[in-house]
Amino acid sequence: MPTYPILEYLWIVPLLPLLGSAVNGLFGAKWPNKIVNLAAIGSTGLSFLGALEAVREFFDYFAQKHQAFHKIFFAWIAAGNFRAGFDLQMDQLTVVMVLVVTGVGWLIHIYATGYMAHEGGYYRFFSYLNLFMFFMLILVLAANYVLLFVGWEGVGLSSYLLIGFYFLKKSASDAGKKAFIVNRIGDFGFMLGMFLLFKRFETLDFVQLFAKADPWPAETMGHLGTFTIACLLLFMGACGKSAQLPLYVWLPDAMEGPTPVSALIHAATMVTAGVYVVARSHILFAHSETAMLAVAIVGCATAFFAATIGLVQTDIKRVLAYSTVSQLGYMFLACGVGAFSAGIFHLMTHAFFKALLFLAAGSVIHAMGGEQDMDRMGGLSKKIRWTYVTMLTATLAIAGFPPFAGFFSKDSILLSAFQDEYGGRKVGYTLYAFGLATALLTAFYMFRLIFLTFKGKQRYDEHQVHVHESPWSMLGPLVILAVLSFAGGWFALPAFFRGPDYFAKFLEPVFNPNYRSAGFRDGSNLFSLPQAEEGLHSLELILAAVAVGIALTGLGVAYWLYLKRPGKADGLAHSLKPAYTTLLNKYYVDELYAAAVVRPLLWISTNVLWKATDVAGIDGAVNGIAAGATSIGDGLRHTQSGNTRSYAVWVVVGAIVIIAVIFFWPASGKPVLGMVH
Amino acid sequence: MVPTNYYVVLSAILFGLGVFAFIFKRNVITIFMSIELMLNAVNLAFVAFSQALGKLDGQVFVLFVIVVAAAEAAVGLGIIILIARNRQTLNVERVDLLKL
Repeated sequence: MPTYPILEYLWIVPLLPLLGSAVNGLFGAKWPNKIVNLAAIGSTGLSFLGALEAVREFFDYFAQKHQAFHKIFFAWIAAGNFRAGFDLQMDQLTVVMVLVVTGVGWLIHIYATGYMAHEGGYYRFFSYLNLFMFFMLILVLAANYVLLFVGWEGVGLSSYLLIGFYFLKKSASDAGKKAFIVNRIGDFGFMLGMFLLFKRFETLDFVQLFAKADPWPAETMGHLGTFTIACLLLFMGACGKSAQLPLYVWLPDAMEGPTPVSALIHAATMVTAGVYVVARSHILFAHSETAMLAVAIVGCATAFFAATIGLVQTDIKRVLAYSTVSQLGYMFLACGVGAFSAGIFHLMTHAFFKALLFLAAGSVIHAMGGEQDMDRMGGLSKKIRWTYVTMLTATLAIAGFPPFAGFFSKDSILLSAFQDEYGGRKVGYTLYAFGLATALLTAFYMFRLIFLTFKGKQRYDEHQVHVHESPWSMLGPLVILAVLSFAGGWFALPAFFRGPDYFAKFLEPVFNPNYRSAGFRDGSNLFSLPQAEEGLHSLELILAAVAVGIALTGLGVAYWLYLKRPGKADGLAHSLKPAYTTLLNKYYVDELYAAAVVRPLLWISTNVLWKATDVAGIDGAVNGIAAGATSIGDGLRHTQSGNTRSYAVWVVVGAIVIIAVIFFWPASGKPVLGMVH
Repeated sequence: MVPTNYYVVLSAILFGLGVFAFIFKRNVITIFMSIELMLNAVNLAFVAFSQALGKLDGQVFVLFVIVVAAAEAAVGLGIIILIARNRQTLNVERVDLLKL
């Protein structure tokens, strides 16, 4: 019996969902839903338990060795000095990710059994969903960039399959393609980044690569060295996967997929992969001020930009989609200002409350018989009480009301932005201002969603829509996630009472380079100067108070516009018509991309690649050779006249030619016919 | 003793005549005879060289050629008889069913 049974066989954790996927995919078509459920929920549940046990063993391991667990299972690619192995690793960052992925993923699987109960292709859905879990676990457990990229592409594939789950609907299959293609643009950058890193450091293994990179001096602002370029390329990949400007356009369309998919892939797990990659590569990013600033600015801009679009959307899932883009922007903002642990903290709390929001929205849609337009809802709070309560919890969390989870994570991000370590004070204040504005917008559009959906007059025809509460297979996960959204941020609670931020402390071995020096471990922290601590503490309290005030303002405005004076919002929209239509049309970004990228590409594809290259060039060459062969054959056909004597002439001519060659060929120095001499 | 060259030249002349007849004659029987002529021209060359080199290989070859020629004559004449029966002609120009 090995000391760490699961940890040393860590591949079990990702393998279980893969088995579930294979079993359901291959045999599920003929099975009743119950057995499909068993395979899907069983495999992910076991995987979750395995992850829990692995984490427990990892803590044991870490207590003794003070380093990340790293295990080589087999070499996958070995060529020259390049090696990419199926190596898995586990450190504190992985712990957070793996528990979020398996835990939230499992809850969403359970929810999906209720939500998808009446849908066709039930087994197919769960097969894809399990496949997604497998790839996501590979992504977070991978110990090198190449294996990470396998998971990265795999989740992209599963995302494509699940967005286009209703593949008979054109908009759904189009959305799937859009997601896949937009992601490819980012992946292109990601791969170039990997190549550059390998060229410079000759390894893509995290431990070795970061050890080699660490001693190098940081590249200053504007210096385009290896670190800056590699980080910007990696960040390009992260932008695609995590739906940041300018590659965010696929995520809102991805809402065509079934709601559990939106919750799992397009809110809680896959879209956070980009944040994970940036956090995982934090040593590289910390070596480049330019890249850090780029990450912070892109994150901040995306957060604000997406939030403004979210203000006016009426489709309940689209509001949440833009909210997701916006919150992901927050995470990148945190990474960009050097607060990686705050980013990961927000990633975790966001996984809780955004999964909950999507699942609750799914429950609303379920209750309304498929209606997604908030203009045709209203007054639902009494009829679907559980859904309402859980969704309200998540809304309070995302809006940043204490003591809900989102408050703590968002607060630590804003605090870090305020004291930006990388871009300097002025940049920090700007980032903070935009972050705060985004918080205001977030509170507003989330309470707008709540008020439009659950409060006010009912705007649907009761005779046509039979509103009913969802089954417990759906409500159970909602309640668990609500508890997590409520309490999931309390790791940081002691920080408000001069205690440590336990979440940041937990991630310290990963993110704080000082941890490796022995003195730090003994508790003699280099940064623990009492006066600085005191100032920081009061600053933290002030900023938290400001944030809460902002959230309350957002709540108040939403209340006033949508409950107190229900006609007021429309009037406002009318008086600000240009701004309103711009937002409603999402800044015309899709149209812009269509005009600037899609249509030129289509034109080139049609006229140059298809008609000129393919039809005229390649087909022309092939057909030309065929036509040439035909005409040569047609000419030669006439030599076969059927006239025996003409054949005889050919035979004689052939014989003469052969004899002539044998005797008179210039190269044949020696006689061929041995009999002659 | 007659020099080997004479035999070889005679053989070449006979072979050339055979080829010539093979190409320009229309009667199947004549063509058949020209083939025999060519075979015998080759036989002549074989025995001539055999004698000149003092080896028996050539003479053995000749025996083989004669046997093959006999077998070929049997088959060939059979074919000719069939053609004559079916087509009522011995002119090769009229026997051209194999053309495309």
